Amino acid sequence: MRDLTGRQETIKVPGKTVGQVIAALDAAYPGIRDRVCEGDRIGPAVAVSVDGRIAQLELFESVGEQSEIRFLPALSGG
Amino acid sequence: MRKKETGRADQSTLTGGYAVIGTRPPRYDAVDKVTGRALYGPDIRLPGLLHGKVLRSPHAHARILSIDTTCAEALPGVYAVVTAEDLPRAEDRRARLGEGAVNFKYLCDNILASAKVLYVGHAVAAVAASTPHIAEQALALIDVEYSLLPAVVDVLEATRDTAPLLHEHMGTRSLAGESRTPSNTASHFQQVKGDPEKGFAEADVVVEREFRTATVHQGYIEPHAGTAIWGADGRLTVYATTQGAFTARDQLAELLDLPMSRIRVVPTEVGGAFGGKVTTYVETVAALLSRRAGRPVKIVMSRSEVFLASGPTSGTAIRVKMGATRAGRITAAQAELYYEAGAYPGSPVGSGAGVMFGPYDIPHGQIDGYDVVVNKPKTGSYRAPGGTPANSAAEQVIDELAERIGMDPLEFRMLNSAKEGTRQIDGAVHTHIGCYEVLETAREHPHYSAPLEGPHRGRGVAHAYWGNWGAQSSSAISVNADGTVAMVTGSVDLTGTRTSLAMQAAEALGLTLEQIVPSVADTDSIGYTEVSAGSRTTVATGQSVVKAARDVIAQMSERAATLWGVPADTVSFHRGTFTTGQDATKSTTFGELAAMLSRTGGPITGVGNIDVQEWGAAFGTHIVDLEVDPETGKVTILRYTVVQDVGRAIHPSEVEGQMQGGAVQGIGWALYEGYQYDEGGQMLNPTFLDYKLPTALDVPSIECVIVEVPYPKHPYGIRGVGETPILPPPAAIANAIYRAVGRRMDRLPMTPGRILEKMGVI
Repeated sequence: MRDLTGRQETIKVPGKTVGQVIAALDAAYPGIRDRVCEGDRIGPAVAVSVDGRIAQLELFESVGEQSEIRFLPALSGG
Repeated sequence: MRKKETGRADQSTLTGGYAVIGTRPPRYDAVDKVTGRALYGPDIRLPGLLHGKVLRSPHAHARILSIDTTCAEALPGVYAVVTAEDLPRAEDRRARLGEGAVNFKYLCDNILASAKVLYVGHAVAAVAASTPHIAEQALALIDVEYSLLPAVVDVLEATRDTAPLLHEHMGTRSLAGESRTPSNTASHFQQVKGDPEKGFAEADVVVEREFRTATVHQGYIEPHAGTAIWGADGRLTVYATTQGAFTARDQLAELLDLPMSRIRVVPTEVGGAFGGKVTTYVETVAALLSRRAGRPVKIVMSRSEVFLASGPTSGTAIRVKMGATRAGRITAAQAELYYEAGAYPGSPVGSGAGVMFGPYDIPHGQIDGYDVVVNKPKTGSYRAPGGTPANSAAEQVIDELAERIGMDPLEFRMLNSAKEGTRQIDGAVHTHIGCYEVLETAREHPHYSAPLEGPHRGRGVAHAYWGNWGAQSSSAISVNADGTVAMVTGSVDLTGTRTSLAMQAAEALGLTLEQIVPSVADTDSIGYTEVSAGSRTTVATGQSVVKAARDVIAQMSERAATLWGVPADTVSFHRGTFTTGQDATKSTTFGELAAMLSRTGGPITGVGNIDVQEWGAAFGTHIVDLEVDPETGKVTILRYTVVQDVGRAIHPSEVEGQMQGGAVQGIGWALYEGYQYDEGGQMLNPTFLDYKLPTALDVPSIECVIVEVPYPKHPYGIRGVGETPILPPPAAIANAIYRAVGRRMDRLPMTPGRILEKMGVI
């Protein structure tokens, strides 16, 4: 998504949940929401990591003031 | 950390202070399964049952110009004929179903092809008739006109600009958006940590290799089967060979455009799945036929249909580059993974990327993953999906790095071992793990230091990581007046989980295993439960039954309080007995209190609904000794040891079974198995005669070493066990072959012919 953020690799935004963070990212860099969400959910091929842990609550997952959020390919099992 | 060596005649338990956990009771399902009484999908019999058969494309890639079913419909004994026209149009939208993303439009098209057929075996039409033979006759009367198209079955060929396009309007999707240029590369992702260029510059030794692996099938013995029947009220019941009744229900709801409340899925016993029975194949078709015919319809795939038209796992092309210092520290790792998705997007390339370097602390890295469509059946999950090819590549390069540095292979891995807090290339951070402990246990095992003498013999090792899974489960425990309990869960029992779940309930309730009566419910009878996959069942549904058990204890404590006239919070429960701090003379057993429920307020049912959000990863190391026949290239495995961290072994025999079973499947992947295609996209070996699975003649007794580094956020410390053991075998065997004959292998399966080619004999 660095094409939307001017090649910045790390962005700081406010938010208390993953959903609020994505909204803030999209406000600053329009189009980001569409890259990671489908409808009102995180896209099924995307996983969100908060402080190194996959966010099972997706958009409702709480984040701290210093939390690190990453977007990854969703993994699967068999 | 505790460890026990098992696999010997005097197997001991791993009780760790528990009464039931760590013992080895007979499985609940064992007697029925070994005596033939267990009811599997193909065994379903219903009054008025019709037999369904599916017409499949003989071409790998073609447009469907017309389908004429007139003659088939007129055949006496035929009650229904359906094509894609009978399916509601599924939306071009994706959802997370089972364990990965599903595009419903593609799922629908895979069930019954509409405009194009995309692989040999692609379903085109289906018939329901009074006998299977009449159904087959009717298939031959369906006239399909095709316009042939060139096919592509190689993953790298499919990425070229000149390759025939499977989906003319599909671009490459990534987090950078979707490209407008049509491509067979459905998606691309890139993960970066640090500065790989800097990391390679700091390396004293760099190894770069390319690898290829074949399409491989899960090889379950039981074929797919589905029986559908509609009630007069319009509700659909489907008996399905599925790993997840709720996932199957959700797929059916979408494909048939029905509310999920109008569908009941009854999971039958499953004769092997390994990830391949998450996606529905014949169930939807059976439902369409049954609705048209007004009678129940059963469809059972043949073995060839299973190979041609279910969901094997990806063939791959993988390039790995790694660098290390002479002191043995890995400085950088880089990989490109091209995975076949089959006819529609959705390979497990993401999972493969997520685990290949996971066991190591690597400061700089980059992984690029490509999901590529080819004219083969749409891939499905196979035990640690995507992991085995990626692990095979990485662990062979690691082996070569260790050799070039002059370091012992396990010492090299231990020096670079991940630990709690290690950040992986994709950004995920390891929590409480047993990576180092597993490596250390393998290094100290007698197998690793045993002499191996004789020509053309070699020893190899490989290490692996799998993340496992949690997610949603539902269970209910009801107390019977005789002190037994009925335990109902939504988890399909693939691997003996009825028993491992009952053991957890028994431990929590202070009961014996004989006092637990487990059952697996249909979708009308229990809350939503995720698929039995991802090594989640004993972990997540286990937490669910423990929660239900604690709910039972809380309610029973209130009854005891009522009986004794004391506050409920003064009642304690320990090892099957209730007492109160208010009166030392008062105590009652679980069974005594159960007998009084009807007089103290009525029945008690404990509920355990849970969404497990944290779970423990697992690591495994395999050691293999083998011999290569220099004239035939045949590999004989002499000794095989599996070392794995399982957190806590609930049922050690079941755990060992998983370790051995995964290892055997990995051995098959390494040495024997692979789809073979001609240039036209025809599979040449779609039967067990020609697709060789390893048998008892091909593998030695596999020694299992259970390592226990309990995961602190599970009540009993459990980690998932089922998937990790399929990851190391190909690399371990390849590394052993290198030591036996001095040649590095780069292609799976490592058949005798390929070994002889590498040796220069042919």
